[in-house]
Amino acid sequence: MAAGPMRMRATQGAGFTDVRVLMTHPMETGQRKDADGKIVPLHFIQNVTVKLNGKVVVEAETSQAVSRNPVFSFRIKGGAKGDKIEVSWLDNKGESTSIESAVA
Amino acid sequence: MSQQRRQFLQRTGILAAGIVAGLCKPLLALAATWNKDAFGAKTVADALKGLGAMGAVPSTAIVIEAPQIAENGAVVPVEVTSNLPGTTSMAVLVEKNPFPLAGKFDFREGALPYAKLNVKMGETADLRVIAWAGGKTFVATKEVKVTIGGCGG
Repeated sequence: MAAGPMRMRATQGAGFTDVRVLMTHPMETGQRKDADGKIVPLHFIQNVTVKLNGKVVVEAETSQAVSRNPVFSFRIKGGAKGDKIEVSWLDNKGESTSIESAVA
Repeated sequence: MSQQRRQFLQRTGILAAGIVAGLCKPLLALAATWNKDAFGAKTVADALKGLGAMGAVPSTAIVIEAPQIAENGAVVPVEVTSNLPGTTSMAVLVEKNPFPLAGKFDFREGALPYAKLNVKMGETADLRVIAWAGGKTFVATKEVKVTIGGCGG
């Protein structure tokens, strides 16, 4: 399974904006064997960046211990309807994907 | 070898080096930081050393929400919150995993010290959460019992 699209939802909570993001990624640990008994090489997301109106608010480094098709939640102070939130990831093979949406 | 051929080889060598250097630059610029020492560590002690969090002080201000019993170790939901004032970063470690460090989160101005993620757990183990606040490190742990391990086999 290859890396694929992302989905994101940013909703206003009590004094903060809740950002939920879903990534499509195999997150291979490098320990799993395929049907032929060959080890599936390491393939995982290493960096996740969250931006609010173009400014970085959260920077995460992740390992292969994060589950397949990762789901993350972050919280941003305040945040108004229409604020732009961008989340991007970068994996150990240099692949990356990003998504942008407005606070609902 | 003729003088011409030697010159030609020298020039192409320089040219090739230039192309490689030129190609490598944008790639390097793209690569974000990833703490290889901490993430490549096979023990909790080494991971903490890589993170620079050896002398972390236990704190009840770090809240870890995770199931007591996880039926499926491949997807264990973990929610971490720091109530320590001035928290700048948090890290999540799974003690008995082959590589304990699962993630590190740096919170800039505008973000709350909170993160939710799903981690893989090979077996029943403690989750260890480190928080950086005011130049000091703090730690909290929570045990999760795992019925079926999630590291693939």
